[in-house]
Amino acid sequence: MARAVTTNRKILNTAVAWSIGLLIFFPILWTILTSFKTEAQAINDPPIFLFFDWTLENYAVVQERSNYMKFLWNSVIIAGGSTVLGLIIAVPAAWSMAFVPSRRTKDILLWMLSTKMLPAVGVLYPIYLGFIKLGLLDSRFGLVIVLMLINLPIIVWMLYTYFREIPGEILEAARMDGASLREEILYVLTPMAIPGIASTLLLNFILAWNEAFWTLNLTAVNAAPLTAFIASYSSPEGLFYAKLSAASTMAIAPILILGWFSQKQLVRGLTFGAVK
Amino acid sequence: MATQSSRSAARLMMAPAVILLLGWMLAPLITTLYFSFRRYLPLRGGDQGWVGFENYTRFIGSSAFWPSIQTTLIIVGGVLVITVLLGIVLALLLDQPMWGQGIVRILVIAPFFVMPTVSALVWKNMFMDPVNGLFAQLWKFFGATPVEWLSQASLQSIIMIVSWQWLPFATLILLTAVQSLDGEQLEAAEMDGAPFIKRFWYIVLPHLGRAITIVILIQTIFLLSIFAEIFVTTGGAFGTRTLTYLIYQRVLESQNIGLGSAGGVYAIILANIVAIFLMRIVGKNLDN
Repeated sequence: MARAVTTNRKILNTAVAWSIGLLIFFPILWTILTSFKTEAQAINDPPIFLFFDWTLENYAVVQERSNYMKFLWNSVIIAGGSTVLGLIIAVPAAWSMAFVPSRRTKDILLWMLSTKMLPAVGVLYPIYLGFIKLGLLDSRFGLVIVLMLINLPIIVWMLYTYFREIPGEILEAARMDGASLREEILYVLTPMAIPGIASTLLLNFILAWNEAFWTLNLTAVNAAPLTAFIASYSSPEGLFYAKLSAASTMAIAPILILGWFSQKQLVRGLTFGAVK
Repeated sequence: MATQSSRSAARLMMAPAVILLLGWMLAPLITTLYFSFRRYLPLRGGDQGWVGFENYTRFIGSSAFWPSIQTTLIIVGGVLVITVLLGIVLALLLDQPMWGQGIVRILVIAPFFVMPTVSALVWKNMFMDPVNGLFAQLWKFFGATPVEWLSQASLQSIIMIVSWQWLPFATLILLTAVQSLDGEQLEAAEMDGAPFIKRFWYIVLPHLGRAITIVILIQTIFLLSIFAEIFVTTGGAFGTRTLTYLIYQRVLESQNIGLGSAGGVYAIILANIVAIFLMRIVGKNLDN
């Protein structure tokens, strides 16, 4: 839809778009800036934007108060573990749906997506009770399983839309040339499927990283990830803006950086392949 | 191409995912149904036997029930309207030629990566706090009395926070759709003297139909169960108690499992009503 326009028009576009972009980004920018201020500067009226005494003290205090690395590690294990486990289960399923579709394939896909609509709170107690009985409460393994199950429908669905775009003729050609099923999967399909698998992995890692219902309700101390780390700053510590900002920046930085680097793959994944 | 053996192999490959999801759906569902017919107070006498539909009538008869349904619908509806409308505007804007398009896109996407607990805390304390919040300072600068956002305009505040989180998603998907628009068709319409409004209404909007459907579908799934944004900001006070939050309070705060489970069954029914509509639309999209 992009057409040739006058320079004036382009200047106007740029100005408007940058203003709106900065406005939307402002809360994040403000949080990052505030994390380098002293508490007094953080609540100064009028607000100070750049000309304050930059300090790293808040980060040191937050690290001292709650062991950041432990929460970070829990987040990595839980988000990473649930995503990888989900992929291991979803790849064969999506594969067979895409290449050997039957009359029921579509129904199964829709049913899977519909389990995603089951309100978590409706089944909180049974899961909670089950976790106590199985000794899974406040364990990373338990959360890996739960988050894997929550995201499994999305993983299957995304992989399915990617796999469906791989032309079946290529498989037939490989078969004609005498490729075994193993070779077919290893050398023909896998290379073509890797971009799709990568963007599925990314999106689900982010979804699991930010998940804040099960991670808050099923953990206490040992398995608590960054969502719980930051929830502990609710109040009254939330009134210490500089420290709250430092903790917030530490919680979102890893995923913000990851997300920015992979935004192209993410867009495709987010639309379930339904928007081209 | 599919032979008998490849069909059974396909079934075998699908089995783990289907069985796991079936178990994940049925086991808690059956347990919830079971508890919903019992008087069960873990801290006050434990499981006290069958009570028929008492929990169901009590849950729906409680003065908090209908307001919670209303709150849920207002939040979901409000966020959907805001994100779709602003998303369309932003998508059209970002599609225009400009300098630094990539950077602007990164700025716009960023809120999507912020975890809900963080965005709720940052908005609540650093922006909406009536004493030291940035909004309060802005209001005072213009000589106005600072608003106590989360108590005086609690619903609007929560809708705003959640919209901020989901606007990037709507914008991204709509932008992808806008970029696939046929430029020549638009140019032809422009040369024929069609004003912007007409070009938008008859060419752009129909083209975006499918993308808008996807945005509404995916957002509704996530919005029906928002939790952290309310948990951190108001704790369900000031008329922000959604159905999800009401059930959460019954189960974890009042420790009334029977009553909470009955509420859970209502929530499942509500979600399924929404799901049936949405599934029809997605099902149609799957075909073409």
